Amino acid sequence: MKELLQIYLASVRVGALTFGGGYAMLPILQKEVVESKSWNTEEEILDYYALAQCLPGLIMVNTLGLVGQKRRGKAGALAAGLGAITPSLIIITLIAAVLTAFADVPAVQHAFAGIRVCVCVLIFNSILKLWKSSVIDRICLILFFVIVLGSLFFDVTPIAFVVAAAVFGVLMTAARTPKGGGAA
Amino acid sequence: MMVYLKLFWEFLKIGMFSVGGGMATLPFLYDLGEKTGWFSSAQVADMLAVSESTPGPIGINMATYVGYTVGGPLGSVLASVGIILPGIALVLIITAMLEKFRNNRYVEGAFYGLRPASVALITAAGLLVAKITFLDEALLEAYSGGVSGGLLDLISWKAVILAAALLVLTRWWGPTKKLHPVFFIALSAVIGIAFSF
Repeated sequence: MKELLQIYLASVRVGALTFGGGYAMLPILQKEVVESKSWNTEEEILDYYALAQCLPGLIMVNTLGLVGQKRRGKAGALAAGLGAITPSLIIITLIAAVLTAFADVPAVQHAFAGIRVCVCVLIFNSILKLWKSSVIDRICLILFFVIVLGSLFFDVTPIAFVVAAAVFGVLMTAARTPKGGGAA
Repeated sequence: MMVYLKLFWEFLKIGMFSVGGGMATLPFLYDLGEKTGWFSSAQVADMLAVSESTPGPIGINMATYVGYTVGGPLGSVLASVGIILPGIALVLIITAMLEKFRNNRYVEGAFYGLRPASVALITAAGLLVAKITFLDEALLEAYSGGVSGGLLDLISWKAVILAAALLVLTRWWGPTKKLHPVFFIALSAVIGIAFSF
C-alpha cells in the first residue's frame, strides 16, 4: 500500500512538473524514478519511453504505467495512471471555471483570438517536427495527402483512417516479406 | 446520466485510437465537437492554448477541459480516466511480451502506416483552426449566401502578420527559438488585446 502511494505521488510530481508532455517529461521522470527512488535504470526508462510511443494513448501516461507495472503490477500501473491525471484535473478545472465565468468579457475574447494565431503556429511547428520521423518515403507522402484530403472533405471518423493506415502498413510489410520468412 | 456515459465512452475511444501523444488527440476532439455539438472548433483551439500553457501532459489537459465543458467536474474526471485506460490496459498486456512486441515486423509495419496517418490527421485539424483564425467567418457566410465582395477582405491581416512574426520567433530567431510555448501564447494574448483581434 505504501509503495502504491509512492508510485501515485511520483506520477503526480511528474505530471505537475511537465509542461507540454513528450520529451519535456524525460528529465523529470529520470530524476523521480532513477535518481531518487532507484526503481528503474536509465536504459529501462528510455525503453519504456520508446515502447510508450508505440502504444495508443498518451506517451507520458503509458511510460508512467510501465514504471508502475514493474513495481506493483496492475495496481501499480493504475496508481501511476491516476497520479498522472491528478494535477491536470485540479489545475484545468480551476482554469476552466474561471475562464467560463469571464468568457464574454471583450478583452478575454480578443486575447483568445490572438492566442489562436499562436496555436496555429504551434500546431504547424509540431507537424514539421513529427513529419521528419513519420513521412519517410513516397508511399508515406501519398498516404499523408490521401488522409488529409479524406478527412477534410468526407465526414468520416478519424478512427477509420487510423485503422486503415495500420492495416495498410501491415499489408505492406507482408508484401515485402519473401515467402518462407527470412530478412525483409 | 446519458451524457456522462457517452463522454466516458468517447474518451475511451480517443485513448484507444489516438497514436503519437497529446497533439494526436486534436483531430478526435474536433470530430467529437462536430458530432455532438458539445463545443465548437474555436473552443477546441482555446482549450489547446490553455493545455499548452499549464502543467501536465497536453492530452490529459485537453481531455479534462473538454470533460469539464461538457459535464462539469465529474465530466473532467470521466474524460481523463477514459483517455488513459486503454493505454494502461495495453501496458499490462504487453509488458508480458515486451521485447517480442517491439521487434515484431508487423508491429513495425503498422507504425509505418500509423505515423503518417497521425501527422495527416493533425494537419487536417490544424487547417480547421487556421480557417477560423485567418478568415472572417461572418463575411465567409455572407459570401456563400450570395453576397459578392473582394476575396482579400476575407483574410484577417492582423492574424497573418502575427503568425508570420511568431513563425520567425519560434523557428528562426536564435534568442527566442528555445523559449517555452507558454511565452508565445502569453505574448499573443497581449497582442490580441492591444490590437483588438
